[in-house]
Amino acid sequence: MATGTEPQTGASPTKDDESGAGEVEARVGLRYTLRQVKRDTTARIGIYTVGFVTLVAVLASLDYYVFDYGIAEAIWYSPVQDPEQVRRLLPPVGMENQYGQGTLEHPMGTDHRGRDILGRLFYGTRIAITVGFMATVIGLVGGTLIGAVSGYYGGWIDDVLQRVTETIYAIPFLVLVIAFMTAFGRDLSFAMIGVGITSVPVFNRLIRSRVVSVREEDYIEAARAAGVKDRNIILRHVIPNSFAPVLVQATLQIGVSILIVAGLSFLGFGAQPPTPSWGQMLSASRNYMLPAPTFSLFPGIAILITVIGFNILGDGLQDALDPRINN
Amino acid sequence: MSEPLLSVENLKTQFFTEDGTVRAVDGISFDVYEGEIVGLVGESGAGKSVATSSLLRLVDSPGEIVGGEITFKGETIFGLEEGAGGEPQPRDDMLSEEEMRKRIRGREIAIIFQDPMESLNPVFTVGGQLREFIEINRDLSEEAAKEEAIDMLREVGIPAPESRYDEYPHQFSGGMRQRVLIAMALACQPDLIIADEPTTALDVTVEGQILEMVRDLQEKYDTSFIWVTHDMSVVAEICDRVNVMYLGEIIEHAEVDDLFYETKHPYTQALLDSMPRPDRTVHELDPIKGVMPEAIDPPSGCRFHSRCPDAREVCREVHPEPRDLSDEGEETHSAACVKYDAFEVGYEESRPIETEATGGFSAGLTETEDGE
Repeated sequence: MATGTEPQTGASPTKDDESGAGEVEARVGLRYTLRQVKRDTTARIGIYTVGFVTLVAVLASLDYYVFDYGIAEAIWYSPVQDPEQVRRLLPPVGMENQYGQGTLEHPMGTDHRGRDILGRLFYGTRIAITVGFMATVIGLVGGTLIGAVSGYYGGWIDDVLQRVTETIYAIPFLVLVIAFMTAFGRDLSFAMIGVGITSVPVFNRLIRSRVVSVREEDYIEAARAAGVKDRNIILRHVIPNSFAPVLVQATLQIGVSILIVAGLSFLGFGAQPPTPSWGQMLSASRNYMLPAPTFSLFPGIAILITVIGFNILGDGLQDALDPRINN
Repeated sequence: MSEPLLSVENLKTQFFTEDGTVRAVDGISFDVYEGEIVGLVGESGAGKSVATSSLLRLVDSPGEIVGGEITFKGETIFGLEEGAGGEPQPRDDMLSEEEMRKRIRGREIAIIFQDPMESLNPVFTVGGQLREFIEINRDLSEEAAKEEAIDMLREVGIPAPESRYDEYPHQFSGGMRQRVLIAMALACQPDLIIADEPTTALDVTVEGQILEMVRDLQEKYDTSFIWVTHDMSVVAEICDRVNVMYLGEIIEHAEVDDLFYETKHPYTQALLDSMPRPDRTVHELDPIKGVMPEAIDPPSGCRFHSRCPDAREVCREVHPEPRDLSDEGEETHSAACVKYDAFEVGYEESRPIETEATGGFSAGLTETEDGE
């Protein structure tokens, strides 16, 4: 019966506990995650791409709100202010088409109303990024809360919430968003809310599957035994421990949301003309595909780069947040 | 002794599964007085942990407390009464779920869990969790709670508590985490701490230190403990009184010395025989034969009869309730075994039966070929 009957009296009761801690690198936290992401070349490209697009969006917003299109118009003349000088469907600089020669004034050419394509891409970034973020945040918050509550309580609450979100999942999302916008309004904010709602089931399922295992952890039981409210258990203990895959999904979802909203704009839902949005530019350009192919090319490239940037970043985050992948 | 701090009367907790009703805790009664450490001992599956979570009404579905009464400091934690339609319903004076959460859990009764590795949230710092816990349960401001948290860390022997305050659980060793959990339990100065096998996951040297620390702190704060364990040596080390559980029932209750030196129940005896003791020399340890039967369909009569070396016919038929067997009539020692005269069911005249323990082949089968 040696177990515990004769503790080493004299020795400080903590001596053997001290080793092993201390210098261990913290494998949690924002800084660690960022460092992991930076180690990975592709993830780095993702970060730079997303950073660049976001920076452009911020600059465009600055120009729009603070300088009232001042900076951009100082460089490119506006067809509204100089109607006589309007030149429609110009090609990019250094190229030629039936409408004329590309000039440095319009490095990417002009659209069917003579507006500068580069300028419109510049302002279009704002909408793309805003829509991507907002729709994802709506989906993330909604999905995470529903999924966490559903997974934590289980039982009939789980059944009801899951069936409801599955119903949303079962409807093709584009149809759902269009129906939603037809009912409430065609402008951009409803596009964001609509796309956000369609992504709720994605986040919901993802976090629920994690919560179901996290809720069985001893620290949850310990929190309950300590008299912590269910609400606080879910918000402070359950969700933070289930969040890593959701974060990755959110990054990917931003790209997806940008694509969906571009698609919606293409179909005429979302940002209404003359607001510059990429999808709407694509939509306008399809009538001039043959005489001015570059008109449709540039918005397409912009969407492509942005979405790929978010996807690459998402992959990089996934690797960084997964403790099993050790680099 | 005066009024008990915690009194458990005929507590029954059952799990309603698809295969049937699992009677995990089947009518246990015990008291805990102020400032004492009461042991709850038994093999895996005896219902120890279910019993302790029942005390805080933390049993999850499909589990449910179906009967009995739990009284803590004069308040009813659980109690039933006859409802209108003859159905049992919760009594009016039973504490509501909200009162349980706000007043009892953490504040008055704290739990230390078995696995220190898993009982701390990995995404928050140790200090942050301790501070939050103190904040919730003692209504202190954030700074005061932090100070208190650091004091508690120092109290449980964590070196340099100021710097360790900001570290994450994975930076602590197992023994250190258990100390943190004990600090957490003690932080709100509860009257009762339920320790659910708190040293099982630790190695013996750390276990020894923790036990010693708990004893010191117990003296200092005069807290009562319910110490759940399957380790008789820990019982000998720390407990004042002991309840031995087998298959959801308490089959022996005694003061710790009596339990070791005047063992009454064959199961307790078997438990003691199956582990080395410093006060006895044996050549070979004697394990308990067989495994504990399922609580879903417990054996008839005495639940231990299928593994009992002293089993006789009558054991299969009579289900003994614990009775007082102490010499002076002080009611300090009770056991549930019909081989004692107090039960008067004719054990002496009954025929011995073959069981796993007596060398019968019929593992799990306790019928003998009679009754032709």
